[in-house]
Amino acid sequence: MAYTGVTPSARSRGMVREARHLLATVAPGATWIVIFLVLPSAYLMGVAFMTNGPYGLPEMPLSLESFRRLAGFGFLGWSPGNLYTLLRSLWQTLVSTGLVVIVAYPIAYYISTCRARWRPIMLLLVVVPSWTNQVIRTFGWMNLLAPGTPLSELAEALGLISANMGLYPSNFAVTLGLVYNFLPFMVLPLYAAFEKLDTAQVEAAQDLFASPVRAFWHAVFPQTLPGLLAGIVLVAIPAFGMYVIPELLGGGKGMMLGNLVANQFAGGSNWPLGAAGAILMLIATFIGLFAMRRIGKRLGGGEEVVI
Amino acid sequence: MSDTITAEAIESPGARPDGEAAQGEVAREASAIELQGLHKRFGRDTVALDGVDLTIEAGEFFTLLGPSGCGKTTLLRILAGLEEADAGRLAIGGKDITEVPPHKRSVNTVFQSYALFPHLSVRENLAFGLKMRGLPPEEREARVAKIAEFIKLGDLVDRRVDQLSGGQRQRIALARALVNEPDVLLLDEPLSALDAGLRSQLQVELLRVQKRLGMTFVFVTHDQQEAMVMSDRIAVLNGGVIQQVGPPREVYEHPVNAFVARFMGHDNLYPVTVRDGDRLTTPLGELTAEGAGEGELLLIRPETLDLLPGEVAGDNHLPAVVSERLYRGSHAEYRLEVGSSTLQATLNNRGRRLPEVGDRVTVTVAPEDLVTLSE
Repeated sequence: MAYTGVTPSARSRGMVREARHLLATVAPGATWIVIFLVLPSAYLMGVAFMTNGPYGLPEMPLSLESFRRLAGFGFLGWSPGNLYTLLRSLWQTLVSTGLVVIVAYPIAYYISTCRARWRPIMLLLVVVPSWTNQVIRTFGWMNLLAPGTPLSELAEALGLISANMGLYPSNFAVTLGLVYNFLPFMVLPLYAAFEKLDTAQVEAAQDLFASPVRAFWHAVFPQTLPGLLAGIVLVAIPAFGMYVIPELLGGGKGMMLGNLVANQFAGGSNWPLGAAGAILMLIATFIGLFAMRRIGKRLGGGEEVVI
Repeated sequence: MSDTITAEAIESPGARPDGEAAQGEVAREASAIELQGLHKRFGRDTVALDGVDLTIEAGEFFTLLGPSGCGKTTLLRILAGLEEADAGRLAIGGKDITEVPPHKRSVNTVFQSYALFPHLSVRENLAFGLKMRGLPPEEREARVAKIAEFIKLGDLVDRRVDQLSGGQRQRIALARALVNEPDVLLLDEPLSALDAGLRSQLQVELLRVQKRLGMTFVFVTHDQQEAMVMSDRIAVLNGGVIQQVGPPREVYEHPVNAFVARFMGHDNLYPVTVRDGDRLTTPLGELTAEGAGEGELLLIRPETLDLLPGEVAGDNHLPAVVSERLYRGSHAEYRLEVGSSTLQATLNNRGRRLPEVGDRVTVTVAPEDLVTLSE
């Protein structure tokens, strides 16, 4: 571009070199993203606003029919099945992320207090299960929670479920599966935050009249916040779109948004509806990220702590 | 900043945890510390403190001095309440606080790593203790402003902690502790992370602050020079046992044993083989001492020696050969061979001729400068 001029100055030569460097380093990745992410997403966006044809394929004219159906308006009036699926996804995401935090926080703290040579081993123990295929692990839970298994019979004896129901399939089983599956994604960033923490700061807080509880709240917790928020992002976003776990553990009443979308495409039943669901998922994810950013900024004293 | 500021200037009535108000113009009473029979061990074999009895006077700048692992930091942490003694009692200002948890003690600490909170601003760091004690925001602000003026923090209070240099962090850590007006201030090697120039500057600053506030300071260091500069009294620790307690001059000039002598930087230690009243027979030769004590080890401080050119006969005159000279400008350090023994001497550079390496000289020492101590 700068070669069109007369004798290029040293400065513009530098700019050309910079531009070339930028092109050489970024171009492959950018091309990949455009071909495999931007274009398909644009196509999906288009499909979401089209009409459902006879074989589930999109047709003209453009319409908002798919979004109306997601909001609970069916062919025959009010039919909230899709809306329930959407709300269930949100609820499962909130509950499982919350439980993951509650379980992971003490684990991460504990590992950070272990002797240095034990820590990698402990972290490995947290991560190792995720080396097995997710589907296989979920099948494992099916076997543990099915009717007639010790766990189910225990729950039955305690009056938590009715006779011969089993713990699976159920929404409870889905929550359990989600918590189990995403635990490492929370433990690792939290551990990183705890490891950076200077124990002298906890002592300083106590020395400055903070009871153990207040020392935790004012000196420890704020410093683990970046790890916590990173963990929440890593858990909540994939959990919201999860397909395998609700598919295997949820049964008919445990369906989540990911299953809804998959069904519309795989069964060949309704591409526009599936596309609309996918778009909705994307929007919800962006809203979630934006909210986390705001929260992080406020709690982190004006510092960027998320993304 | 005028020197008229006293403890009163940063005192606000009713602000202490026990609600005790300062009375009129009288500066607050500083608190004495009493330690009785403190024992502490870590695990099975590591003895940190092995029976420490100590009284620290009110308003004193008291230093715990010793090599690493001598128990000085453990002792400080027990005072702060961050460590619990296995046995023994601890009282501050006449009140037994052995069982009191750290957050209920009117004692504050300046940590070796400073331990400033990185997620809080400097101002919030300074106000942390006041906030935890439930002081209203206006009063917190007023006291933070006062301490900032007192320690001359200037515009540092509006910075973030990660924008501060080492020396600035050190002063913020000091201010964060002082703003609470504790009965006792504990300092755990607070200057060890700083370079030499800044270090001596902050030594003087710290000393002035202590004198002006009249507060009891307990200071931990492994640097005997620093201990001598700062302290009213020094306790030298080794192996969890107090070896000697006394003013810097006493500890330096009359160490009670070889450990204290060596730790204070003395190398000229010689066994006394025969003792006949004030006549001491040592590997250096026969020497006359005066009021040297009863020990079996002779200490000769390098700066008490004088060097005469050539061989001069006389009492306490030892023939020697210069084997090494370190010229340091204001003085020179000599290594001398006396018979088969070596002797260190320090000579002030007062413009006279300084003997050269290889010179034959005569070492002289006054009888009253000789000290004997036990092993």
